[in-house]
This record gives sequence, structure tokens and C-alpha cells, in this order.
Amino acid sequence: MELISGNEAIARGAWEAGATIGAAYPGTPSTEAMEAFAQLPGVYAEWCPNEKVAVEVGLGASAAGRRVLCTMKHVGVNVAADPLFTAAYTGVGGGMVVLAADDPGMHSSQNEQDSRYYAAAARIPMLDPADSSEALAFTKEAFALSERFDTPVFIRSTVRVSHTKCLVETGERIEHEPRAYEKNQPKWVMMPLYAKDRRLDLDDRIADLTAFADSCDLNTVEEKGTAVGIICAGATYQHVVEAAPDASVLKLGMSWPLPARRIRAFAENVERLYVVEEASSYLSDAVRALGVKVGDTPYPLAPYGELSPAAIAAALRGESPACDCSSTGLPPRPPALCPGCPHRLVFRELARMKAIVTGDIGCYTLGALAPLSAMDTCVDMGASISMAHGFEIGLEGREHRPVVAVIGDSTFAHSGITSLLNTVYNCGAGTVCILDNRTTAMTGHQGNPVNGVTLQHRPSRELDVPALVSALGVDDVRTVDPMDMKAVRAALRETTSSECLSVIVFESPCVLLEKHRNAPCEVKGNCRACGSCSLIGCPAISCDPETRVAAIDPALCVGCSQCAQVCPYGCIVSTGGTDVR
Amino acid sequence: MSDSTATVMFCGVGGQGALLAADVLARCAASCGHDVKLSEIHGMAQRGGAVSTVVRMGDNVASMVADLGRVDFLVAFETTEALRNKAYLRPGGTMVVNDESIKPLPVLTGRMAMPARPRKRLADEGAWVIPAQSLALQAGSAKAVNVVLLGALSTRLSYPEETWRRTISQRVPKRFERVNQAAFEAGRAWALRLAGQEA
Repeated sequence: MELISGNEAIARGAWEAGATIGAAYPGTPSTEAMEAFAQLPGVYAEWCPNEKVAVEVGLGASAAGRRVLCTMKHVGVNVAADPLFTAAYTGVGGGMVVLAADDPGMHSSQNEQDSRYYAAAARIPMLDPADSSEALAFTKEAFALSERFDTPVFIRSTVRVSHTKCLVETGERIEHEPRAYEKNQPKWVMMPLYAKDRRLDLDDRIADLTAFADSCDLNTVEEKGTAVGIICAGATYQHVVEAAPDASVLKLGMSWPLPARRIRAFAENVERLYVVEEASSYLSDAVRALGVKVGDTPYPLAPYGELSPAAIAAALRGESPACDCSSTGLPPRPPALCPGCPHRLVFRELARMKAIVTGDIGCYTLGALAPLSAMDTCVDMGASISMAHGFEIGLEGREHRPVVAVIGDSTFAHSGITSLLNTVYNCGAGTVCILDNRTTAMTGHQGNPVNGVTLQHRPSRELDVPALVSALGVDDVRTVDPMDMKAVRAALRETTSSECLSVIVFESPCVLLEKHRNAPCEVKGNCRACGSCSLIGCPAISCDPETRVAAIDPALCVGCSQCAQVCPYGCIVSTGGTDVR
Repeated sequence: MSDSTATVMFCGVGGQGALLAADVLARCAASCGHDVKLSEIHGMAQRGGAVSTVVRMGDNVASMVADLGRVDFLVAFETTEALRNKAYLRPGGTMVVNDESIKPLPVLTGRMAMPARPRKRLADEGAWVIPAQSLALQAGSAKAVNVVLLGALSTRLSYPEETWRRTISQRVPKRFERVNQAAFEAGRAWALRLAGQEA
């Protein structure tokens, strides 16, 4: 038995099923699935610029006859939805499995969407494992189903499946002989002529899959008694069996299509039927749509966030869930930009100039938090640049503060390039800051097209970002060192006072990649307690609650000198004897 | 099912090594024939934010999360996080706390204050407040706080000392093994001494 996470189990399941190709864009809680797959022998795996590209790469490899794994977080499925909806029509060559990792409770996401709706909407079957053992077994099964029914298959996980380690019995790899590729336009060319026929084929496939759902052993019934029956799926099942040990349970291992006959039969055998699910009404709505009467729990389950055994037990008893009121009054501990983070001074200057800052997804989203508070919007990958353009045209003709988009290197490659092209094409103005820290930092320092590091360390090339931006048609492109406050300030002042579109590439590697550390900085005795240094939000700097005098924790300080540059009185110096800027 | 399941929650600040501690515990439990689940949260929380990891072990573990008032052992790497999470501890549960306070950003910037007298508040509730930082330093590395805390925790669990030591040896890099074994011993001795005093 091995102790492995759900993500590792999905990778292992794909490998045991003979998958040889993997394509993904990292995103919590899905990232480790592709990282683990890439380390298994005999596979080719790559990070792609975004999830849409990953699914298209995967579909091509599948058409060429290989078994393929694509992985992404729930919001990545939005990006990949375009090819996925039509891949449901084309079907596959070699088996194709797509992981959609949901984040109920929003531990690391901007929304709480339920990927099961995608399965129903795109009509792609979805398996819903409840732990690592099932994650492995269901992924293997998914490849078989993909080829049997000629369709991509979703594996859905949640953070409690992906990031929970359990004991798993692993198996041997069964090599998959690549299927031969033969040109087949009615299957692969989805123009109306052929798509209309494939649409009808899709309906036949759904009928076959629905029959399969009713007969397969992915959906299981645990009969306990007839008083209460609960329908559930995924990690929620684990909470339900603890919360209601006397209830009969229909555990759905396949969350689309649903086993209509089994659900009706299960409902008929119990006096009260509940559907228990997290942050969604997908399942209860679907069960009700079958004409089955679903009871409301005596106390309603929260329609958002994660569930737990106690929350479910309380709802079944008719009580409100326990509330933790003991931590009130404690200072919160939000995440923060690291000491020495190259993003910090950019946000500090943007806050100083009171810019309207459209933000994006990554570590630098933390620039939104106090004391920097330098962000007005954060919506989705790439939105910073397009929303900045929207702000500019929306504020046209009115006196307004400068509009500045802030986007990271990996996010720029993911979805920012087309947004910037749009601004150029439509003669937009404003300033775009590309915070190039040479890595996809937030998800754990994955490679990306900008730094040219590939998933399996095959040789590649770095992207010349300023040259790309110039080629898109931006005349004012500058490369600036974000660790140099005066340079940051000057660049932002000049670009925001100009009428044309400007792009500043702030290039400095993530501090966590830097092996070398400077001697820490210290506050000299003549600190005037002005508070300037504490406004940059560095975890190494504190100010005395009484005197407001600053202090630097030498254990945390990396000697970046950002605070020394910010101090108006020159009171912060390096302890290393060298000049700090 | 839940009756035979023990729940351990590790809480602290991102980067303190709670994940390794949880991993060692889970593997130790598995070596002793227990079913085990280890649930961790990644992502945003890693940048110096509050983190928690839950290990549940027993004959047949179902849920992987910890509920308020149901945790048997709360292992806190920092005093404010101990106060934040102590409501998870069941009555009669054991709280092991590293005697260190790390100021979060709202305190560093002077907007909020740290809780007053955390050590006394925790000790009054029966917590073991361990000088894990200095014990770790004596063992050879300040980073071994996590293994000092494990050593203390180990005195309250039924797994043989030999299994703990073997698991540590399997999970830490060779060059840090000696430090970590010494840290484990220090935490264990501290807790046994305390138990001796209480008895």
C-alpha cells in the first residue's frame, strides 16, 4: 500500500491504463496530477500556455491513437470549454481523460463553480471518485469508457480528493498499443455538414451511457435501513457515512449521466430521501428532475463552502452547525507577498499614484491586500489587460485617474496576449505592467513559455516578451528592474502621463528561486517613526505599537533593500557593509 | 467507524514544516497497520498565511476533515494559531504548542495587536507549551521544530518509538537525519518529563 494523494492516484491510474501523453496548465488543486504523471516512466508530458491549448493538444494526440491525460482546475475548464464541447461530438481515437479539480470553499480560487454542470452541458461522462483508491481505479476505468463509448471522459475531483493522501494499492502498467490513425472527415471535421450527423450519434451515445450508468458498479448502494436514504458523491460521501451511519446511501461514482433507474429504485425503498452535496444544487436538481421527491434536511445545509461530518449530522438532526466564535479578536493571518518579492514596489508605487489597477490571477493578486491595497479588480486569467481597455473606453471624455493593468508572466502567456492584441487593434491607451518573475509562482514554480522551462526539462527557449509586445504593435515597450524604486516610479509616471498604450516589463526572478541572499537590512537608531516602510507590507518589517519605530526581523529579511529605498530619511541600511542602492 | 478514529490537527504558519510532521505521523500510523488519511490545503495559504493539516487514523477512516470539538490532538506551531484553532480540540484532548509567536501582517503594520498572554491562556487550558524552537536549536537546527513537536506528540500515541524513528529516517534527507532524531528525542523527553511531574 502506498500513501498517495488523489492527484498522484489520478496520474498513477492514467499511467497504469497505458496513457503516454499528458498536457495541462497548472492550477490549484489540480497541479500535482500532471507533475506526478510527468515523472512516471514512458510518458511525454507538457505544460501548455492554457487549458484550451492543453485539451486541443490532448485531442490531437488522442486522434493520433494515444491514450491522453489532460488536467486542470475548475476555472480552467471554462477556458477549455470550447474544444471540450465539440470533442464530445468528435469523440476520441485513443482514450482521453480530463481532470476537472473543483475547489468548494474557495481555498485557492476566485469562484466555487461545480464542474459537473459541464459534464451535463457538454454531454461528456464524468466519474466522481471519493478517495485516492477510487481516483486511481476510476481513472483507469475512464480510459476504457472513453474508447468504448468514443468520448472524452471527465474525472472530477475536489480539493479534499486531490489533496488528501490515502493508502492505495497500486497495480502494474498495461501498455496501450496506439490506435492507427486514418483520415475520417465525418468524425473529425466538425463543420455543419458532418456535425449534424455527429449530433445524432451523440444522442445514441448518451442513451448507451445512461444504460451503462444504471448497470455499472461505479454507482453503489449501501443498505442500512429504510428510514433515511442519502444520495451523494465524491468526498462528500466520506462525510455522509460518518454523519449518518444508520442511513442507506446511494453513492454515485458517475455524476453524469445519472443512473435514473437506480435512483428511482433507491428512493422507493426509503421513507425520506436526501441529497447531500457541496456548494451546488446540481445533484438535487437532477434527482428532482427524475420526478423523485427529495426531502429538505430538517436544518438546511449551507449552499456554499465545504461540508463536514458534523455539519451534515447537525442538518439531519435539525440543528444549526456548530460555530467557532472563540477566534474573534485574534488578528487574521492572510498570506502576503514574501520578503524580497519583486512585485512589492510596483504595487507600492501604484498605490501612491492612486491608479485604477486592474489585476490578475497569481501571487501578485496579494497586492490587493492591506497595506498595499493596490488593486481595483481581479476576475480571471488575462482580464487585467482587457478590463483596463474597458475602463479606458468607459472613462473616455471624463477626468480620471490613470488606468494600469498588472499581469504576471505565466498569466500573460495564458490569456494576456490576445487581450493586449485587442487593445492595440482598437487603438486603446493605458499602461500594462507585465510582472515577469520568471516562473508560475503561486502554483509552485512551474515552467512556462516565458522562462522556457518545460515540464520534463526538455530543452526549450525563453520568450522574448518585449519583442513579442513590440511585434503586437505596441510602440512604447520598456524593460524595468522592479527592485529599483526610482526606475519603477519614473517608468510608471512617464507611461501613465502619455496618451498612447505603454507596456512595462518588470523583470526580476521570484525571490523563492534566488539561492543567494544579501545580508539583512536593519533600522538605524534615528528612525523617525514615519511608517513609510511598513506601508510596503513586508513580513520582515514591524512597527512598535506604541512608538511606531520600525524594526526588521533579520531571520526573515533577505536584504532586498526595498525598504531602504522607501525610507525618506535613509534610516535603513544593510548589515553587510555594502551600499543598498 | 469514527469511534476508533483518532484525529490530529497540525496548525501554524505557511513554511513551518507542518506538512512533513503530518506526513511522518501518517506513515507511522500506516506502518502500524492503521488506515490513515492526511488532508492538506495548498495554494494561497503558502505565502505566510495560516495553514492547517489534518491526519486521521484508525481501523477504517472515512472523512478526511476535522470538525469543531472533535480533534483529539492539536499540534500548533505558533501560539496565535493555537488560539485560533483550539475550538477544534475535543474536551479532554491534548494540545501541544510551540512556544513561539509570529506576528501576522496586520500586527506588523500596527493595525492590530497580538493576543495578550497567549502562553498563559493556552497553559490554563491544559496545553503543553513547549520551547520547541530552543530544543530544535540544541538538536542542531531551528527547522526541526516540527520533529520536536512530533516527539512530544508521540508520547500520547500508541505507536512504538522504533516505528517513529524508522519513519523519520525514511522521510528526512540523510544529512539531516541525526538532527531530526535528536529533535524527536528532545521533544519526547520534554513531554515524558512533564508527564512525570504531573503524575
